[in-house]
Parts: sequence; C-alpha cells; structure tokens
Amino acid sequence: MSEYFRDIGRTVVTTYYSMWVAFKHLFTRSVTLQYPTVKMQMPERTRARLFNKIEDCIGCGQCARVCPTDCIDIQTEKRGKDEPEIFASDGTAIKLRTHVFDIDMTLCCYCGLCTFPCPTHCLIMTPSYEYSVYDKRDHVYHFAVDKPRTVKPSKEAAPTKA
Amino acid sequence: MESIRQLLQIVPRFGDLPQAFQVFLALLISCAVILAVALVCVLYLVWMERKVSAHMQDRLGPMYVGGWHGWAQTIADALKLLLKEDIIPAQADKILYRIAPVLVFVAAFAAMVVLPFGERSIVTDLNIGVLYVVAITSLSVVGIIMAGWASNNKYALYGGMRGAAQIVSYEIPSAVAIMTVVIMVGSLSMQDIVRAQLGGIHRWFLFRNPFTFFAFFVYFICSLAEVNRTPFDIPEAESELVAGYHTEYSGMRFAFFYLAEYVNMIVVAGVAATLFLGGWSQALPVSWVPNQLIPGPVMFTFKVLLLIFVQMWLRWALPRLRVDQLMYVCWKVMLPFALVLLLGSGFLAVYWK
Repeated sequence: MSEYFRDIGRTVVTTYYSMWVAFKHLFTRSVTLQYPTVKMQMPERTRARLFNKIEDCIGCGQCARVCPTDCIDIQTEKRGKDEPEIFASDGTAIKLRTHVFDIDMTLCCYCGLCTFPCPTHCLIMTPSYEYSVYDKRDHVYHFAVDKPRTVKPSKEAAPTKA
Repeated sequence: MESIRQLLQIVPRFGDLPQAFQVFLALLISCAVILAVALVCVLYLVWMERKVSAHMQDRLGPMYVGGWHGWAQTIADALKLLLKEDIIPAQADKILYRIAPVLVFVAAFAAMVVLPFGERSIVTDLNIGVLYVVAITSLSVVGIIMAGWASNNKYALYGGMRGAAQIVSYEIPSAVAIMTVVIMVGSLSMQDIVRAQLGGIHRWFLFRNPFTFFAFFVYFICSLAEVNRTPFDIPEAESELVAGYHTEYSGMRFAFFYLAEYVNMIVVAGVAATLFLGGWSQALPVSWVPNQLIPGPVMFTFKVLLLIFVQMWLRWALPRLRVDQLMYVCWKVMLPFALVLLLGSGFLAVYWK
C-alpha cells in the first residue's frame, strides 16, 4: 500500500519536473536556421564543390589517378616546340595542353584526395555547397579552355565545350 | 439559440412561420455558426500545436506560409487534404469505412452544442447538459472501432481495439469526477453550473473546496485519455502502430479524424473550464471591477485556450504509457481517487451548505 502511494507521489513529482523542463525550452532560443534567407557561414576549408584554376594546371593527371570514384576526366597533348613557353603561377613550366578537364560532381565523394597531389595547387575544394541543377548533365564541370591542335582535323574531333 | 430566434424576428414575416419551423431554422443557423467557429478554431489550434511543439523542441515550426510566422500553413494543409486522392483499400468494408470518420466527427461536434460560450451564447441549454456531453463523447468509440475494423489492416484494428478499451475505461473516472461538481451544484445544466460559480475566482470549483480541486485533476487526466492525447495516445501510437485506427485513411477522410481530435480537445477543455474554472464567469469579484468588463465568450475562450495549451504542453513533457500502465492508472488510481472525492464532496454538499 505504501508503495502505491509512493508511486503516485513519484508520478506527480516527475510530471511536474518534466513539465518544467518543457516549459523552459519554450523560451530558449531556437536552433533553427531559416535556410534560404539565413545561411550558415561555412568554414574556410569546407570540402564542397571542386574548382580548378585552369591557367595553373599542368595537366599531370595525378588528381584523376588518385580519385576513388574516377570523376575527373583529363585529356592532354604535348605543346608544340614552336609555341611560346608558359608557366604556372608558381613557376612550373606547362608542357602539356589540357584540352579536356571535366569533373563530374555527381560522382564526387568529397574526399578531397585529388587536391593533395596537385603540384601547382590549382585544384581546390571551395565552400560553395549550393549548386543544385535541374539537369544532371549540368553537374559535369568543364574547366578546360584550350582547343586541341594536333589531333586529326577530321570531323570526329568534336570541339570540347569550354 | 433563443437569441438567434429573436434576432430572426428582424426578417420580415418570420413570425408568420410555424413555431416548429422557427425553432428549426434558429437551431440550424446556430449550429452552422458553431461549426464555422469550430473549423476556424481547429485550423488555428493545429497551427498553435505545431508552434508550441516546435518551440518546446527549440525549433521554429512553420514560418513561411502567409508571411507572419506561417499563420496560413494549416489553411494550405487543409486545401491540400481536400485535393488529395481518396483511397479506399480494396479489401476494406466500404460502407463502414466511409461512415467511420463522419461518426467520429459528429460525436465530437455534437458535444459543442451544450458548451456555454457566454451567458446567452449557447446553442441549447439542456437541463441534462453534462450527462449529454458524457454520453455523446463516448459515441466516438463506435467510430474509432469502426474505422479500425473496416480498414482491414492489423495496425488499424489494434488501434481501434486499444481506443475502445481506453475510452470506455476512462469514461468512468471522468464521469465520477464530473459528478463531484454536479453534486455541489445540484443541477446537470451547464448554465446552472456556471451560475453557481459566479462572483470571482474564489467561487470557481477549482478553488472552492479540496475535493473539487483534486477532481479537476482527475477529470483533466481522464479527458486526455478520452481524446487520445499524449501521454495516453496508445490508439494512434505512431511508433508501435503506424497511425492506429486511421492508418489507411487519406485525404478528406483523414482530415475528418484530425478535425475530430481537435474538436474533442475543445470540448473536453470547454467542459473542464465550465465545471471547474467557472465557464464564462469573471475572474475578479463583481464588487472590485465593473460587471462584464471582459465579455463572457472572451473569458470562456481564454480558459479553454489555457487548458488546450496545457494539453499540448503535456504532450512534450511525458512519454507514452504502456497499455497495462494505462489500465493501471485508470482502474487502480483514477477510479478510487474519484470515488473518494465524490464521497467527500457529497458530504460537503449535505453538511456544509
């Protein structure tokens, strides 16, 4: 019998306690971020969308080789002897002309492994995370600007999208 | 109703109509008014519920629709439910499946007829008003078990069975708790009960004597169980049964169940406010402030909203009970306490008056 009344007393006490806790939370600041209007400040080194500074790229292809999901597609050709020597911003000589540098962001797993071997630090991950598109194909980013020169001038060599 | 009938005398030649037809028209209009009020209230109670639960969980809740704190969210939701496809399972009992939501809603809505919103704003002041409320609200059991059975779904059936067991059990202690007040007043009419509490906060039955004070808590807890609110929401326990008796319902039929739940909340809060918090009576003694400083309906609405807020508050404070615990609370705690309180207030009514 005493246990019966103790249980009732405990019920009342715990009910009031949990109601008090719930009531306190009614007035605590909400943690919700009103997303499209208020955006979270991303940390500087967030691993999100990849970006390649193509002027610095020497076309070595180490990023494509290390990528676990094979999302980087690089095609290069040797620059001709007659062409002027060009250098990346850290002084590395660019011996190859990169005419395809495609990154398929639908495949990317955001591991960031591709950014480490890059000798000229031209492939980086940016904090930009809002890049939804309606068409999946728009998630393939074409960074190359150069056109291939030495390939056969036939119709097969479709010009790469710049 | 009577005031509406008087109002209708403005219409030319209304007095020439037969007496019964006049009463019928007045009833029809007052019911339409109550229905409209109830629907608008439910829309905003759903919004309030979402806001209260969100803020208790440190969220914001609906914020966009309509501009100011998502005030139009539930209107948009209601429109969506209206436009949704109405699915009836192939193996369901089609007739019962169609009737069930309407029955649940009617049972909830019919009880609003005797709620005293104000001194003159009541559809009909039955001389057995309290008994009518107790009787008509338990009609929803039929609808719930009908929905559970007709859906031909094991979760729905479980929910229906649990609902039936729970509501039928909790009827008893809640009715006994109501009787403590009825004994003190000596009348079953809602308006008589309110009139017995006129004259300030100390006249309300909540603060009038210890027996009715505890009877309020017994009634409030039992009313939570009767309308399937947490912590007694085992008929629609979403973590055990998918959604309980309305698992298979969609679109407008689901909306009817939803509507009925909130109308039920209004009804039990209204009954609790009438019986224990003085209905439309003023909180301060008449000698202190001019009479009718706050209109009766406003006072009543305020009390109802307060009780509904407590219902929502409890939802986020307490976990759901197990089925056996639920029955333990009903038969071994609530009922003995309610009987002791009934006995005590009976003694007071006889020897203290």
